[in-house]
Amino acid sequence: MSSRLLPFYATLAIFLLAYGICVFQFPNMLSTRVAGNLLTDNAFLGIVAVGMTFVILSGGIDLSVGAVIGFTTVLIAVLISWYGLHPLLAFAVALAVSTAFGAAMGVVIHYLDVPAFIVTLAGMFLARGMAFVITTDSIPISHEFYTMLQGLYLRLPGGGRFTFVGGLMLLVFAFGIVLAHFTRFGSYVYALGGNKTSAELMGVPVARTTIGIYALSGFLAGLAGVVFSLYTSAGYSLSAVGVELDTIAAVVIGGTLLTGGVGLVAGTFVGVIIQGLIQTYIVFDGTLSSWWTKIVVGLLLFAFIALQRLLVVLSDRKRLLRNAPT
Amino acid sequence: MRRLVPGLRKAAPQLVCLGVILFFNWLAFPGFFDLRIQDGRLFGSLIDVLNRGAPVAILAIGMTAVIASKGVDLSVGAVMAMAGAVAATMTVADHPLPIVLLSALAVGVACGLLNGLLVAVLELQPIVATLILMVAGRGIAQLITEGVIVTFNDPGLIFVGTGSFIGLPMPVVLAAVLALVAVLVVRRTALGMLIESIGVNRSASTYAGINSRLLIVMIYAFSGFCAALAGIIAAADIRGADANNAGLWLELDAILAVVIGGTSLLGGRFSILMSVLGAIIIQAMNTGILISGFPPEYNLVVKACVIIMILLAQSASLGAGWLPRRAPAAKSKEA
Repeated sequence: MSSRLLPFYATLAIFLLAYGICVFQFPNMLSTRVAGNLLTDNAFLGIVAVGMTFVILSGGIDLSVGAVIGFTTVLIAVLISWYGLHPLLAFAVALAVSTAFGAAMGVVIHYLDVPAFIVTLAGMFLARGMAFVITTDSIPISHEFYTMLQGLYLRLPGGGRFTFVGGLMLLVFAFGIVLAHFTRFGSYVYALGGNKTSAELMGVPVARTTIGIYALSGFLAGLAGVVFSLYTSAGYSLSAVGVELDTIAAVVIGGTLLTGGVGLVAGTFVGVIIQGLIQTYIVFDGTLSSWWTKIVVGLLLFAFIALQRLLVVLSDRKRLLRNAPT
Repeated sequence: MRRLVPGLRKAAPQLVCLGVILFFNWLAFPGFFDLRIQDGRLFGSLIDVLNRGAPVAILAIGMTAVIASKGVDLSVGAVMAMAGAVAATMTVADHPLPIVLLSALAVGVACGLLNGLLVAVLELQPIVATLILMVAGRGIAQLITEGVIVTFNDPGLIFVGTGSFIGLPMPVVLAAVLALVAVLVVRRTALGMLIESIGVNRSASTYAGINSRLLIVMIYAFSGFCAALAGIIAAADIRGADANNAGLWLELDAILAVVIGGTSLLGGRFSILMSVLGAIIIQAMNTGILISGFPPEYNLVVKACVIIMILLAQSASLGAGWLPRRAPAAKSKEA
């Protein structure tokens, strides 16, 4: 079991090393300000990555999350600014819609037995298209409740701000860890990702679990949309383009096997923070362009996938040796 | 000729679909089928559909081979951006046209080789292997163009995107030639059957003596080549390389074209011509939405509905033998 956790430890080690290098070069990076901003700036990515972790643990993939975030921000902005709904009510509507959307994709994936890849691709087109259909303009949200939520933070020693959205992300991660490791649903997800046929034979309710997983991913994508709209004070149909890739990258860098069955929700947190760290480093450096983020994330992805592959090969070889007749 | 009739029968759903779309286009715009010759080349909405659909058709040709081998290539959009960036920056640096074209195509082949090695030698899942380049590729394209949109005025390169040959726009000619060559190569030799056998069962194919590793690398390299060609056309069309937007989302269109063409995402039987037909259907739909006065925003919704309908059709026809090789046992947890 410990070799399965190796990718997680590797991620953690790389994060600490990278942070060490950053601090060595820019001593200011070791401050509560940077830490607080890391949490705030990556809150929406972290929240959606928790959902993606469950999807990938079950052996699936969800390409629709970025589009769902964009759709949610537009829906919320329209409900608040055009129809005068209270933000809390708008949040509830948006979360209900995104959860139902995810559940519907789960239904299609399970009952029509088509690859999750293509179903969620259709979902991505649909969600992005619906957002475009509502409006292509960026709609500002100005409501005192929004100002109140945005101004909600704890002042940390050293001037950092522990904001509401950052706290929400940590809460979601705590919820995800409990759900993955201490509930029956979590065991079902791992079983499904390990081997769907065996899971079914062992009595895992595959239909209910699959639909639940995609509903959860949809719900968290909706919640990420809420956070994104709080972060930008606007709803825009083109927001969060490509976030699905960042999310998948964060999950993989966090040590979750893309074939499913192996991984930790906590690893995803480190994966998200590593991506945030790269961006922060680029900001601190000042001369590097932001597209270096993509290249470095691509390299990290490659390194982690190669590492996982190596571990699988090694463990296979060990098992072969153990089973070999002496 | 013998084989044409069953071929047409198999393509009936797609041809009917294209016919219906063209009919609606004609309803929305009565001049849709008008063709005229001006300055020695054909003009008209139909030609426009073919011209705009050419890059996706080219991508779909490569993607068909990849999907038939039970893979998928998500990096084609990013490879397009990279090839366009290379072509534009080298043209600006006054390199001769043949060298520019060869270098851009070589970049595509190199990307494809990388994908192929990851899939065939490291045995990564194709989605994951090509995801790496999909994420990093645009960054590399930005690196090449140094973050700006590189524009050029070289008539030779522009000709690739907007010129015409025997009355047809150059992209259409290139796509047609590529499709023809690809079909001849895979159907007049055993290559097509080898690809299908890898897609159905790779280890069995390997045991049967097929060098599946080499073949998979070649397939991804071919897909990279197609992506680079599409990237050159896209860059030449707008006379500039836009690292951020060139080929954006086109990997999805290419996959959609292949799926519309009836090639199963689970690998196996494939048809390049049907994928090209799929690309034309997508473009006819896009054009139809534009000329019927709907805002282009409806495009994505319509596309999503089309995918869902195809999924329903494929799923409902499981027992009917429309996809004969899709036995339940073959449904692994792919994707």
